Amino acid sequence: MIGALLAVAALLAALLFVSIRSVADTAVETTQDSILGAAAIAIAEELRGGDEGLSIDIPYTSFAMLGSIGEDRVFYRILVDGVTATGYADLPLPPAAPATGLAPVFYTATYDQTEVRLAAVSRSVVVARRAVVAQVIIAQTRSAKDAIVAQMAARAAALGLGFFAVAAILSLIATRAVLQPLSNLADAVGRRGPDDLRPIERPVPVELAPFVRSLNGFIGRLATALSRTETFIAEAAHHIRTPLATLRAQAETALRRSEDDATREALRGMIRAADDSARRAGQLLDHAAVVYRSDQRSEEPIDLAALCADIVTAYAPAAAMRDIDIHLHGPDSALTLRADRLLVESAIRNLVDNAIKYSDADSAIDITLARDGRRAHIAVADRGRGLEGARTPHLTARLKRGRNVADVVGSGLGLTIVREVVRAQDGAFSIEDREGGGTCANLWLPLA
Amino acid sequence: MHRRDFTPNLTGTCHRPTIWRLSKDPALRFLLVEDDPDLARSVAERLRLDGHGVDIAQSIGAAQDHLATAGYDLILLDIMLPDGDGRDFLGAHRRARADTPVIVMTARSAVSDRVALLDTGADDYITKPFDFNELEARVRAVLRRRNGSAQPLVTFADITFDPIGALVSVGGEARDLRNRELRLLEILIGAPGRIHSKGQLCDRLFSAAEAVSDNAIEVYVARLRKKLEGSGARVETVRGVGYRLVAGPAS
Repeated sequence: MIGALLAVAALLAALLFVSIRSVADTAVETTQDSILGAAAIAIAEELRGGDEGLSIDIPYTSFAMLGSIGEDRVFYRILVDGVTATGYADLPLPPAAPATGLAPVFYTATYDQTEVRLAAVSRSVVVARRAVVAQVIIAQTRSAKDAIVAQMAARAAALGLGFFAVAAILSLIATRAVLQPLSNLADAVGRRGPDDLRPIERPVPVELAPFVRSLNGFIGRLATALSRTETFIAEAAHHIRTPLATLRAQAETALRRSEDDATREALRGMIRAADDSARRAGQLLDHAAVVYRSDQRSEEPIDLAALCADIVTAYAPAAAMRDIDIHLHGPDSALTLRADRLLVESAIRNLVDNAIKYSDADSAIDITLARDGRRAHIAVADRGRGLEGARTPHLTARLKRGRNVADVVGSGLGLTIVREVVRAQDGAFSIEDREGGGTCANLWLPLA
Repeated sequence: MHRRDFTPNLTGTCHRPTIWRLSKDPALRFLLVEDDPDLARSVAERLRLDGHGVDIAQSIGAAQDHLATAGYDLILLDIMLPDGDGRDFLGAHRRARADTPVIVMTARSAVSDRVALLDTGADDYITKPFDFNELEARVRAVLRRRNGSAQPLVTFADITFDPIGALVSVGGEARDLRNRELRLLEILIGAPGRIHSKGQLCDRLFSAAEAVSDNAIEVYVARLRKKLEGSGARVETVRGVGYRLVAGPAS
């Protein structure tokens, strides 16, 4: 912006220099010509005819007039009927002989290795009753004229540079004046927290009012869309899980009443399908919430041990139904994260959920919390079927599952959620076979 | 804090058994606050199968009317109701110092949401869709906490079963039983001499979602017999029918 303004100013200055130089050149030449012409005419007028011949009393005032132009040398030549009568006989003649009648002809030529400007006039003089043509040529070197043009051009250049400087300063001031409220505004918007979706109310120049209005409109729509997303996720869970709960309750009632083995097996299949659907829906909504919140960057201090205790409390009764015990070990000292609570919880919850799902009845799950440098290390270890060599990148890919889990329902989204959380919170994740059988999932999250 | 009483022993030695309501016991009286008519009807039907009484309220207003006219052992509360949020009802319920325990049925999977429910005054929560064995376990746990020692010890022969502390002793000597062993004993000791089919026991011991055959019950019967060794009672196999608890030493 400023660069473009400066370029325009520089171009204008250069144009000014060139045009003033050309005008000055013409003006100085015109001035020299009129002086040369006047001097030539003055000399020609002093030519006197007579019976004995032509006489002249050279008017030295004419030369004084010429001298006023500078330190230039002056030459003259007077010809009578084409024969040099006096002066410098080798002074170049005009390209065409001037008409008699004191109308000067001007031309430029080289004389004595110097460029000279010449003026020539002719007049008829009666000598011995015969009309002869007398021609007067005045020449002057051009060093003074060149000096004047150079001086004027230098002044023009100075003027152009001055113009350039003033233009540049003015444009800087103007730009600053126009942009200052804009950058103030940008600072104010940039300083806002992730959840601050209030409209902008700071005073701004009139020119910026439409911009702020449309920005406020956008913020309003964003706030509406975000609250709709949260509401949608909550309501979607409700609307999906309620009919599934109905289905499951009815299937359980039918199971309780049925004695037929085939029917009972079919009903158990229905119940498994209902649980699976609910789980998948939950993970899809978890995934949506995680992706949506990853962009929000709303952080708070989180006591990792308390969060894990809450998660264990939530899952322990369901795990106890299958005689699975969940043990929480550590940490030795408080581990405080600075992160989005919902994201961290989603990751750990999905790891615990996986561990319970793939554990056999009558086993234990160990959750170990420890400090690992600047990170907290959360290890969730089970004694389930293990991974049979599947690698972390494959298992965390969206909708991908291990190769030995065909008989257990699952969406393949659980570890994808963990991966998204790790990405958003700058953590790390790995999952590996556990020594002695089972799986160990490792999650690292940066400490506050 | 409400939820602190609830935090289980994380070392896993505390087993919270399903206290199966014995057929001779008075049934529980539930108030089910759920606006979805299909879900309300099917949950009520399933609870009635176990001999419980269930009243259905489809709104907060209806729930308050019911509570004004009848007493309940437990309220099962949905969150999204047509005339308001279940959590507001919960808050008002607690402020009125009403002591009927409340279990919230939630569709949210986030633990923080559930913790918030407990802080609002819920006794427990269960996530939809739920397993009725798990609901039963949670109901019993809530009632145990509420009633304390109101429930008596159950004895058969020289076996004593304490449903509150989930403790079993044989001839005064404590025996350590796992959760499913406790639940199996509880079912058998609740109706001594009565024959329970493998299918019935399976339905009560396993989640309906678990892919187990009825024969899986044999493992737990064998374990229970081992834990009750030396007692004056034994789990008898009634060939082709099921199992029952009878007095007398193991054969």
